[in-house]
Amino acid sequence: MKYIDEFRDGDIARRIAERLQAEVDPSRQYGFMEFCGGHTHAISRYGVNDLLPANVRMIHGPGCPVCVLPIGRIDMAIRLALDHGAIVCTYGDTLRVPASGGLSLMRAKARGGDIRMVYSAADALTVARDNPQREVVFFAIGFETTTPPTALAILRAQREGLNNFSVLCCHVLTPAAITHILESPEVSRYGTVPLDGFVGPAHVSIVIGSAPYEPFAAAYRKPVVIAGFEPLDVMQAVLMLVRQVNEGRAEVENEFTRAVDRQGNAGAQHKMAQVFAMRPAFEWRGLGEVPHSALCMRPEFAQFDAERRFDIGYSAVADNKACECGAILRGVKKPTDCRIFGTVCTPENPVGSCMVSSEGACAAHYAYGRFKDIPVRASA
Amino acid sequence: MNARDDSKGGTVRAGYVRPLDIRNGRIDMSHGAGGRAAAQLVDEIFLAAFDNPWLRQGDDGAALVMPAGHTLVMATDAHVISPLFFPGGDIGCLSVHGTVNDVAMMGAVPLWLSASFILEEGFSLADLQRIVQSMAAAAREAGVAVVTGDTKVVEKGKGDGVFISTTGVGAVPPGVRVSGAQARPGDVILLSGPVGDHGVAVLSQRESLEFETTIVSDTAALNGLVAAMLEVCPGVRALRDPTRGGLATTLNEIARQSGVGMLIDEAAIPVRPEVDAACELLGLDPLYVANEGKLVAIVPAAAADAVLAAMRAHPRGREAVRIGVVQEDPHRFVQMATRFGGRRVVDWLAGEQLPRIC
Repeated sequence: MKYIDEFRDGDIARRIAERLQAEVDPSRQYGFMEFCGGHTHAISRYGVNDLLPANVRMIHGPGCPVCVLPIGRIDMAIRLALDHGAIVCTYGDTLRVPASGGLSLMRAKARGGDIRMVYSAADALTVARDNPQREVVFFAIGFETTTPPTALAILRAQREGLNNFSVLCCHVLTPAAITHILESPEVSRYGTVPLDGFVGPAHVSIVIGSAPYEPFAAAYRKPVVIAGFEPLDVMQAVLMLVRQVNEGRAEVENEFTRAVDRQGNAGAQHKMAQVFAMRPAFEWRGLGEVPHSALCMRPEFAQFDAERRFDIGYSAVADNKACECGAILRGVKKPTDCRIFGTVCTPENPVGSCMVSSEGACAAHYAYGRFKDIPVRASA
Repeated sequence: MNARDDSKGGTVRAGYVRPLDIRNGRIDMSHGAGGRAAAQLVDEIFLAAFDNPWLRQGDDGAALVMPAGHTLVMATDAHVISPLFFPGGDIGCLSVHGTVNDVAMMGAVPLWLSASFILEEGFSLADLQRIVQSMAAAAREAGVAVVTGDTKVVEKGKGDGVFISTTGVGAVPPGVRVSGAQARPGDVILLSGPVGDHGVAVLSQRESLEFETTIVSDTAALNGLVAAMLEVCPGVRALRDPTRGGLATTLNEIARQSGVGMLIDEAAIPVRPEVDAACELLGLDPLYVANEGKLVAIVPAAAADAVLAAMRAHPRGREAVRIGVVQEDPHRFVQMATRFGGRRVVDWLAGEQLPRIC
């Protein structure tokens, strides 16, 4: 595939791997967090870790939108379908996230909830147009990547006078989450998470640009390299991070210049600002309450706001006690440090959110990497 | 209509039944009630298409004579595909290919099929006829006869147009023993062609997802290909068609059954560019996408070249390739050397394959 295969080329990967090997300082360890689930997925699926020097450790960040969605929010979507009889339209990988009472959206569907998988907010609008006698709710999740399409859908619904469409808004913001991790005691005080820099988001940065990362790169002295979601992008970004660390720099660099510039997509930003306002705080699964980290709908769009329209409140639900998702999302623990990883908690029966989406740190490790933790006898 | 004297005029022909209005007609509850309407449906749509001595007999079942010394193999498959018609096929030919292939993957020569239909009230007779004719053509091509069948009708809203369940019976010649439990370390893994065509062709037609693609389903009967392979190597260890769950799931099934691991080479697995592109766009992995006309074979290393040559000489195996080896592994992992130079597990499919959001 043109524009894809070029970024998955094994020969180029080996050349970057040789460069990396030559440039890393063997006397030190490097710890880099890839914020996005898209990067986590690429690293696991293509086996990128195998090509990195032994003293470079990739730490999976909280940038999997499905993983950070708290149980209470899924419960709200389920209530809309089961108690309010609404058609709930959702992105596919949200369907299996475990919710309260042994439910998930998929199980709620089996109990008669009208829950439909869509590929975009626009598809949810189509469902609303096709079912004028039914309430249709779009379960809007994701970072800045999926937010502008939600804004567009709401604006279009308003223009069309679509009275049966609303949005359960759970959009969250990337810079706030990165700052939260940098402020966490493990990083800022105890140093138990040796974080030397970030592989910055790909698609999010297309929307917000590279400028929003500049304040914390400077304030926390952590380099950020924005990278695409292909495996070569990740390799190149790691090389750029190693160079920054070696040279004592902490800058925002852009590896993903084919799609990202400093300012981002002004049109998309404008639509977001038009429809959404900042929530004072929002609960992230694994991270807890994070101030100014999520969006809600402006009062003038109240009729499209499912929370107000159905008057449903949010109530927090505690995670399973044995689940280490919180520590894993902050980079404090690895999936294999969790007692229930691969035994009680598997992709078929996920306990924690990290096991649900293939972008989650635990699911990615379970699906693609777990043979590395179990000694495998050499072939006969 | 009963033949009786009618003094008011008109002629009533004895034994005359007005033919079904196939163009405009629809299934109604009477077609499943076992009366005259049901008999007419069977005669005009099913018997007309499947015609053979067993059906002509008109009995409740078929009496079949097995070739002497052969082992009987039986397999069954239910088909509930949506949409019913897709690029490259329909539920009719699929329901024949699916079962014929299951029988063939046991090393058997498929001989006979049964077919039962669950029809939804209101289903168009024209569509039904098209489906049944497609089944009949597929059965003829595969050299099997549909020897018995059944039809039921469910109320509107209780079915999805038509569900078809087929059962196949085949005969394994003496000396052949094919099973997923026989893979041994050192064996070679062969694949008969590119993966993912069927799944992508069907997805492209789904409501809410319609996209334009030139990909057509690979649905096909593989018994001819299997016969050609067994001819050069009766000691083929395992055969399986990677349908639902795709190649990844099939390899994991064999690994588990045989208690072995596998190492496959990503670069060796053929995927058509259009399938690759569609999967990329939809966030799917072609290794988990369904096929309906491909097979995986585990063969002893010494026979691998001969089997591969026989596959390539057959129209259904022209693009056959060697994709990996069986290895000893108490954990039964299927591992893949990635094109990128790393290595990873190719795991079982967890739940349904769901598109990723980012």
